[in-house]
Amino acid sequence: MLTKRIIPCLDVKNGRVVKGINFVSLRDAGDPVEQGEAYSREGADELVFLDITATSDARRTVADMVRRVAERVFIPFTVGGGIRTVDDMRSILREGADKISVNSAAILNPELLREGADAFGAQCIVLAVDARRRRVHPDGTPITGRNGDVWTREDGWTVYRSGGRIDTGQDVLAWVEKACALGAGEILLTSMDADGTKKGYDLTLTRAVADAVPVPVIASGGAGRKEDFRRALTQGGADAALAASLFHYRELGIRELKEYLRGEKIPVRL
Amino acid sequence: MVAVIDYDAGNIRSVMNALRLLGQEAVTTRDAAVILSADHVILPGVGAFGEAMERIRTYGLEPVIREVTERGTPFLGICLGQQILFEESEETPGVRGLGIFKGICRRIPEGEERKIPQIGWNDLSYPRAGRLFNGVPEHSYVYFVHSYYVVPADPLVVTAVTEYGAPLTASVEQGNVFACQFHPEKSAEVGQQILKNFLSVRNGSACGKGTEEKRISGC
Repeated sequence: MLTKRIIPCLDVKNGRVVKGINFVSLRDAGDPVEQGEAYSREGADELVFLDITATSDARRTVADMVRRVAERVFIPFTVGGGIRTVDDMRSILREGADKISVNSAAILNPELLREGADAFGAQCIVLAVDARRRRVHPDGTPITGRNGDVWTREDGWTVYRSGGRIDTGQDVLAWVEKACALGAGEILLTSMDADGTKKGYDLTLTRAVADAVPVPVIASGGAGRKEDFRRALTQGGADAALAASLFHYRELGIRELKEYLRGEKIPVRL
Repeated sequence: MVAVIDYDAGNIRSVMNALRLLGQEAVTTRDAAVILSADHVILPGVGAFGEAMERIRTYGLEPVIREVTERGTPFLGICLGQQILFEESEETPGVRGLGIFKGICRRIPEGEERKIPQIGWNDLSYPRAGRLFNGVPEHSYVYFVHSYYVVPADPLVVTAVTEYGAPLTASVEQGNVFACQFHPEKSAEVGQQILKNFLSVRNGSACGKGTEEKRISGC
């Protein structure tokens, strides 16, 4: 039976892990390779490396990191952050990453999804979406989005880009449906409302997206307890659940989490 | 020495890394002489059936693959590298595959709550003993990424299946030609063991000379 995936996310800057797990056994907690190996040993199903380097020579640094990780880590991994062109994708996939993720670049140029899928297959193309619950007027008056859409539903979500700083005015469900039609093979869905709260994933958002697209959905943002993962993978309909700080700071071990999920009759790889 | 056939397939680097971890000398090549003199040959693959076959033919690899498999050199097709060993695929109707295995590739059946491609870790069941799975307990998990799966004309070549809406062929074995739909190079320790098992298979011409060789079927 296909299992649900548990995915730690590692933020990387200049080839170094910014928030890394603090295993005593690690010689260098900032080394993406050591971090990746440690997570793999613990039973992570995949890894996501999110590059937050802002400098112009970031691409070379990332490609170098990908090569070193691929030499030592034998579970699938995704690399995202700053990928703007098919050449960017190629340079990362060529070094041994299994998938790339795009966010802002796909919003600004949706054809990038089609070009990427044509070149490498849709299974390599992860669309990262930063979603925020729509603010509506207290009296229920419809609001007009930036692209002229009139929104009346309170339970809608808007796509943000550029690290959550810019409101694109696009509806999340409309965007993910379009993106999948173009070539996105998986959705990495982050709730900006839930992110950092540790109060659980946004289950309504996750379920709405999982029902809207034919591709796997990775829930992200808000994980605080084991139960949150269970809910995301059942009520939320997610195929995978991602967390960063919860794993980094050892508040929850991946093996412990997966044992719990198995006890709850959720298929996991142990 | 292992020859990993280079026809611009996406997962070559990962396959090479996995072999390196096993301490195995390996080269990526499309040179017929190198492939024919290798102790083991691996055909990786990610992408679409039609394009892959076009590149195999453009690079003149079809007769080389045919010859090396006929010689009994242990041969392993991975993912799309398994599919193109069959005769044809629903993915690209009308394009002829290598036909080393009789049968076709079908699309994973659509179904409620079943997403295509299948992406993730799924477990293996063994309809019969396969040499790739020595020391790999049944229900071990391996990593899959695929929309198509092979349906061999001869069900006896199937050594592993995985359940995804229906039992899908996960691995086949015919003489010294092996193939798997999952990615051993991305399947952590289980995948390493499967690759190790493949590397321990000796050329079929040595059949009957030792205990290991006696277990070789089809020679």
